Amino acid sequence: MTSKVVDTAVPALAIEAAVSKHYGPNASLADAKIIVRPGTVHALVGENGAGKSTLVKILAGVVRADAGAGTLVVDGKPVELATWDRRAARAAGIGIVQQHGSSAGTLSVVENAVLGTEPARGPLVVLGETATKLRELGDRIGLPVDPFARTEDLPLGAAQRAEIVAALYHGASILILDEPTAVLAPVEVTGLLETLRRLASEGKTIIIVTHKLDEVHTVADDVTVLRAGATVATMGNGEPLEVAAIARAMVGEDLPPGTPLEPPPASAPSMLVVTALTVPGALADVSVTVRRGELVGVAGVDGNGQRELALAIAGLVKSSGAVRIGDRDVARDSPARRLAAGLAHVPEDRLHGGLVLDATVAENLALNRRDVTGRWQINRAAVRVNAVKRIAELDIRPADSDAIARQLSGGNQQKVVVARELSRPNLRAVVASQPTRGVDLGAVSKIHARLRGAAKSGAGVLVISADLDELLALCHRIVVLLRGKLVGEVGGEALRGANAREQIGLMMTGGVPGTAGTSVPAESAPATAPERAP
Amino acid sequence: MTSNTRREVQAAMIALLVSVAIGSLLALGVGVSPGKMWWEMLERTASDPYLFGQVLYKATGLALCGLAVALALDAGLFNIGAEGQITAGVLVCATVGAALPDATPAILAIPLCLAAAAAGGGAVGGLIGVLRAKRGAHEVITSIMLNAIIAGVALWVGNAVLFRGGTTRGDAIVAGAELPELGLGGSSANTSLVLAALAVIALAWVRSRTTWGHAWRAVGRDPAAARSVGISVARVQTLVMTASGALAGLAAANFVMGHKHAFEEGLGRNTGFLGISVALLGRSHPFGVAIAALVIGFLSQGGLAVGDFVPKELTEMLQGVVVLAVAGASVWIKRQPEPGR
Repeated sequence: MTSKVVDTAVPALAIEAAVSKHYGPNASLADAKIIVRPGTVHALVGENGAGKSTLVKILAGVVRADAGAGTLVVDGKPVELATWDRRAARAAGIGIVQQHGSSAGTLSVVENAVLGTEPARGPLVVLGETATKLRELGDRIGLPVDPFARTEDLPLGAAQRAEIVAALYHGASILILDEPTAVLAPVEVTGLLETLRRLASEGKTIIIVTHKLDEVHTVADDVTVLRAGATVATMGNGEPLEVAAIARAMVGEDLPPGTPLEPPPASAPSMLVVTALTVPGALADVSVTVRRGELVGVAGVDGNGQRELALAIAGLVKSSGAVRIGDRDVARDSPARRLAAGLAHVPEDRLHGGLVLDATVAENLALNRRDVTGRWQINRAAVRVNAVKRIAELDIRPADSDAIARQLSGGNQQKVVVARELSRPNLRAVVASQPTRGVDLGAVSKIHARLRGAAKSGAGVLVISADLDELLALCHRIVVLLRGKLVGEVGGEALRGANAREQIGLMMTGGVPGTAGTSVPAESAPATAPERAP
Repeated sequence: MTSNTRREVQAAMIALLVSVAIGSLLALGVGVSPGKMWWEMLERTASDPYLFGQVLYKATGLALCGLAVALALDAGLFNIGAEGQITAGVLVCATVGAALPDATPAILAIPLCLAAAAAGGGAVGGLIGVLRAKRGAHEVITSIMLNAIIAGVALWVGNAVLFRGGTTRGDAIVAGAELPELGLGGSSANTSLVLAALAVIALAWVRSRTTWGHAWRAVGRDPAAARSVGISVARVQTLVMTASGALAGLAAANFVMGHKHAFEEGLGRNTGFLGISVALLGRSHPFGVAIAALVIGFLSQGGLAVGDFVPKELTEMLQGVVVLAVAGASVWIKRQPEPGR
């Protein structure tokens, strides 16, 4: 694992930026700052939606920053943000491997590498020479590629290798990788991280986006932490990195945990029992029990199986394992029968699956609710009465049952979904996915009150959320999903403890192997850290 | 719902005005006075009972077929197979009607033949629905294929079994299965018009006042939302396509039971395709479909009425212009800023 210096011809480049980016009225980045020292591996970390991808896309010229505000300095030279595009960035030596790849699938690796700059002899494209160079370069840096393989036939890891090699072939001396390990198997991750260290020791500057703290610890010299579009911490700069401090900075500490309901007595019957639930490729062997009157949180960075967990419980994706609602085994039942058994499901995305946007609020509140509408003929008076009741219950605005759902604000749309689902008769189990995502603070407290109300009146409530503050405010127990598996659980006294947030943050990001209810040493480092270049 | 309804009506009105404008330009292009063309079309159709009856006859088939397409659209399915479903309805209806004993009373023969027409079309529609729901085969592709297959099958069955004595006409249905004509100047308009009107009212009611209607409209507007509240999207798609095919098949009541009283090669041809225009112009609402059926019926018959000074091709183009205008108006409506938000 000794780094050997192979190529020092290209001087290492530094990059320094302070940029903002608005999409419509919403700030994706608000004066986010990053300072990258030459020849280092710099990790950019943050929760989903923190603005990591946007920032690196601006650096690489893929996305243009807000004009008139912000600065970008490459190798000591300020650049004009208004004209900074991919072409300019490439000329300045900045290569990027984007999160979802940017290769044309039907072209070969070498064709993708020369796309737009095809070497030609007369009218003919000449690929042989480039292919040889790609192969040699790949072998030299430990990322072997087959130049003539069709990109779409390659496994994701190999396609990503090809993009990295192509970027280096084009002379990139700053290489940006956006969540490169998301598509890789663990052993590939180790290999990639070693390669990145070696490239840095050869004088390349690497920026890697990730939210996995074990990787940060393994590979990075410096760290920039983004939260809600702003830089909240920078670490490293010669000092050793402290994983726990990074986790704290990522999840934030601004809101104290709220006061949840009294936990249910140990004798309370279980209302939702999930046993060994598995969705191929997304969820592995997840078991969790929610008792009457209990609020259980599922924490985790987005994309670690949360979506599939909710869908599998609701019967909306194929899964194996057992699901029990109240006393009834519903693992083989249709979604409709699960709802009839006492399940309420608040889907993750109100715009796709939660609401019929072109229908009225009243229609949405009674959507397939035969207990409201009647079996065959719609009882319109009952639909109206139901709407008025639900609108009052959650303070839905405008208080107009004939308003079209599309015209409501996001918070009020979410209230409609929550109101419909939690008003189901003989409610036993509630699965609420991201119940307050993109919702204003007023609506958050209404929705939280309603979820507590459901627990108080005897249901078991499972809250799946990427927002740790929400879970800490609501839940009696929090389990953590990472890569489709439950990796830990924090409950009881430990949840009220001062370092609960940090502990859960570490579990969410793979910073430590989770252990139920115990505190975690902050310096637990993965064993595979390669040697650092001096 | 009121603001939605207003927008739908707006879209249809804009489409009509644009069609009239383009039709006028076309008329100018061939040297016909637009004012005279439109006036004569209206005047002649309104004053001549025969022409008026023909408009009603055409509108009857178009309305049933338009309802079929509109029902499917309402559930998010594009049934362009109404053409084949009509043919299937005509074939089965005429075969059953001809096979009944001569003395079968109307009270038995009419329901039987209507059921046969609906079953013929419904079977075809149901097949398309099952393929979509269970196999994910796109209904547009399967219905195009089935249109071609059914046209071939109908001709083959006709030639092999039904056609009599070198004609392209099969045996007549029994007298009891005939629907009386309305007696409008010897036109083909018949009492199946009442059937079409009842179908319009029934569909409007089911659509807005029953859990079924709400379920299929939820599937049409957002299948994911429908699924998450426990509606079986596959079942809705299958049933809606079956019902849609049955409605198209019922158009056989107009062509076979009300007019020709036998299976004839090409009977009802093109109604299925015009029915798509009717559904689009009617913005998928049953009442809209009824009005659109009259408009398209009028354009197609009115064209013939002024055939002495307006080229036939021009009035045929008008029907296409209407469809284009409807598509354009839909885009226009979508671009309108939403109130609130």
